[in-house]
Amino acid sequence: MGKVLALKGLSKRFGSVQANEAIDLDLNKGEVLALLGENGSGKTTLMNMLFGHYLPDTGSIDVADRQGSLQPLTLGHPQISLTKGIGMVHQHFTLAENLNALDNIVLGTEPLISFKRNTGSALKKLEKIMHETGLFAPLDVSVGKLSVGERQRIEILKALYRDVRILVLDEPTAVLTPQEADDLFDNINTMAKSGLSVIFISHKLREVLSFSQRIVVLRQGKKVGELVTNKTNESEIAHLMVGGGVKSAERETCTPGKAVLQLNQVSITGRSKRDSLFDQSLEARAHEILGIAGVSGNGQAALASLIAGLEVPENGSILIDSSEIEKPTPKKMIGAGVGRIPEDRHHEGIIGTMNLADNLIIEKLDDQEIQNFGILKRSKIKTNAAHLCKSYDVRGPGVDAEARLFSGGNIQKMILARVFEQNPKLILANQPTRGLDMGASAEVRRRLLDARKNGAAILLISEDLDEVLALSDRILVMHDGNLIPAETRDRAQIGLLMAGTAA
Amino acid sequence: MIDILNILLSESFWAASLRIASPLIFGVLGALLCERAGVLNLGIEGIFVAGAMAGWMAVWLGAGLWGGVFFAMLAGAALGLIHGILTVPLGLSQHVSGLGVTLFATSLSYFVYRTSLPAVSSPPRIEPFRALDIPILSDLPFVGPVLFQQTALTWLALLLVAVIWYVMNRTPLGSALRAVGDNPDSVDAQGLSVYALRIGAVVAGSSLMALGGAFLTMSAFDAFFFGMVNGRGWICIALVIFASWQPGKALLGAMLFGAFDALQVRLQTEVGALVPGQIFLMAPYLLSILALVIAARRADYPRALLTPWFKGQR
Repeated sequence: MGKVLALKGLSKRFGSVQANEAIDLDLNKGEVLALLGENGSGKTTLMNMLFGHYLPDTGSIDVADRQGSLQPLTLGHPQISLTKGIGMVHQHFTLAENLNALDNIVLGTEPLISFKRNTGSALKKLEKIMHETGLFAPLDVSVGKLSVGERQRIEILKALYRDVRILVLDEPTAVLTPQEADDLFDNINTMAKSGLSVIFISHKLREVLSFSQRIVVLRQGKKVGELVTNKTNESEIAHLMVGGGVKSAERETCTPGKAVLQLNQVSITGRSKRDSLFDQSLEARAHEILGIAGVSGNGQAALASLIAGLEVPENGSILIDSSEIEKPTPKKMIGAGVGRIPEDRHHEGIIGTMNLADNLIIEKLDDQEIQNFGILKRSKIKTNAAHLCKSYDVRGPGVDAEARLFSGGNIQKMILARVFEQNPKLILANQPTRGLDMGASAEVRRRLLDARKNGAAILLISEDLDEVLALSDRILVMHDGNLIPAETRDRAQIGLLMAGTAA
Repeated sequence: MIDILNILLSESFWAASLRIASPLIFGVLGALLCERAGVLNLGIEGIFVAGAMAGWMAVWLGAGLWGGVFFAMLAGAALGLIHGILTVPLGLSQHVSGLGVTLFATSLSYFVYRTSLPAVSSPPRIEPFRALDIPILSDLPFVGPVLFQQTALTWLALLLVAVIWYVMNRTPLGSALRAVGDNPDSVDAQGLSVYALRIGAVVAGSSLMALGGAFLTMSAFDAFFFGMVNGRGWICIALVIFASWQPGKALLGAMLFGAFDALQVRLQTEVGALVPGQIFLMAPYLLSILALVIAARRADYPRALLTPWFKGQR
């Protein structure tokens, strides 16, 4: 097995942050390498240097040409990295939403100045790839209308379409169902056997251990370990990643209390079937976590916006603490005691260009505590924010910094602080740990379990079946706008419900 | 009512509508190209003036009519390049830069005109584009006078609608253009240059805008006056939204405005005694705003419009 890639002493500094420090990394032909590390450990930065998005401060990269001999790579040019056979699937989607999948995939692979596109042969090639990998996605629909899971698949197809020899996947399974993730890795392994070299970034130890051959661990921008997968175990890796042990949340037994949220036969007709709800009812009780499992794009968005007060149901009623909320608005729902952890934390959870302190008070602007006759009490807001940052362990450039400058995990902690400080009766947690690392995920789960102990009702919408199974008292499976109670906790059975194939 | 019906059925009304719409078609298409790539170009009003001036001046100096078209587009491209460089790699405010270009281009055009013709009291005339007289077709009833007695520039405008639609929707370049205005990262990740695409679109769009200006001095009239553009650029900015950034609807929008304008002139003569003339002058703008309000409610803006993109920042 020949070496196809060698990173040598790569370093990159952003302002005062040393994102990568003298990192060496080798990759062999047909190898599946896992790159592990907590958020902010520099994995993505490293891969962005490989792909040419960032120019390293020091260091060099050698990449094998078609004949297999290592050649130095010209750094800082995505086009050059692409032509050298390096493909990257980004964690944040790089898709144009107004184009269909096919156009997104073909973009940049054919000469720009041409009288027509070669859609026929592109389609043929893509269909072949889709059959080989099992990664199916509608090709002729605007990407903006597709679910997050479908977009992820398109991202991967986009790289495969370019006949890459080295494929970098930045958290590829964050949005896939467990079955889809397993399928994906099976297919990656098949492709690896035929010569593709893969680096994947992940937080999920289960998939890292099952599907990689070698593991490289980064912590705070440095390479802290290189392990052969079948000679290591979960605790050794976790120890390397966080530089200490991680304690998983304890789940105590609770007796469910009275119903906090009741939905009676509510319907929402969305733009498509995938964001609609059809005559659905559910009940979430105090001291209870109600898990909603399902592949994204099966009506979860409609359910979440209904409870967040963003949509008014066409028929049916919403009751909180047995009193009906008529014509719900976000304000009414917050007033009724709903705490909201939104799915898209960067866009719906925060206002990126406002500072952290202001983001923390944004749901209670008419509270006397923070304003007098419309004049904000600046110093109070700031001390309060500093206090919350401390108790929720929000780390970053400080309370005066724009919220967008914080990492995903810290933004989520900030949202938790905002939600939990209001002592909500009902918590809508929509994909609360998506894209978070082990430390941050454990923290979010611990907070949710705490809230459950303290008497809140929690509606947990998650694509991560393991998470739903670990946290929920009861489970509903969402498919095609319908909620189906899961009588079992068997992964395979629930998986069938998620796919809509169970009787 | 009968009067209006008579007007609407007359050949001259539709011929006039198309003539009035022609510069707007160029302008809307130009603005559409810029905005589809994610750059608002408020330099349009000034680029109209510069195009009108440059085209006319070139013809007056003996470059010939198509030479005039060339120089008008060149002037527009140069101004577009300024706007493109300021807003794309440098990422300055598109509003400020655009208004700056308008002020600069307008003043520069007047300055050049005045300094080259210091002693002229009435504007010198050129021989403008003539109506293309196509045998047989021009003699068709109704369609003949409306379509086949327009100048070559009007034909060019109509042709460009089709060309730009085709390029945008049927070619790789068009995909890239639409993508860069929606999510520049998508273009960057595929190894294409965001800067080149955006600057290219602004330069191309600006040269079309200048062509709109040139239509005024080389087809609609035969001389250059101060203030002759008279807000047509701004109308185009509004029409782009009306058109939902689509070439076909851009043609519709421009025709609608042209029709309103042609109608008001005729109504003035019909019922001018009863209502002050200014009401009629106002009407096309008012109706355009109305149409815009209705259309803009569903407007689907290019998502990256007004958002600068910088390499290596994501």
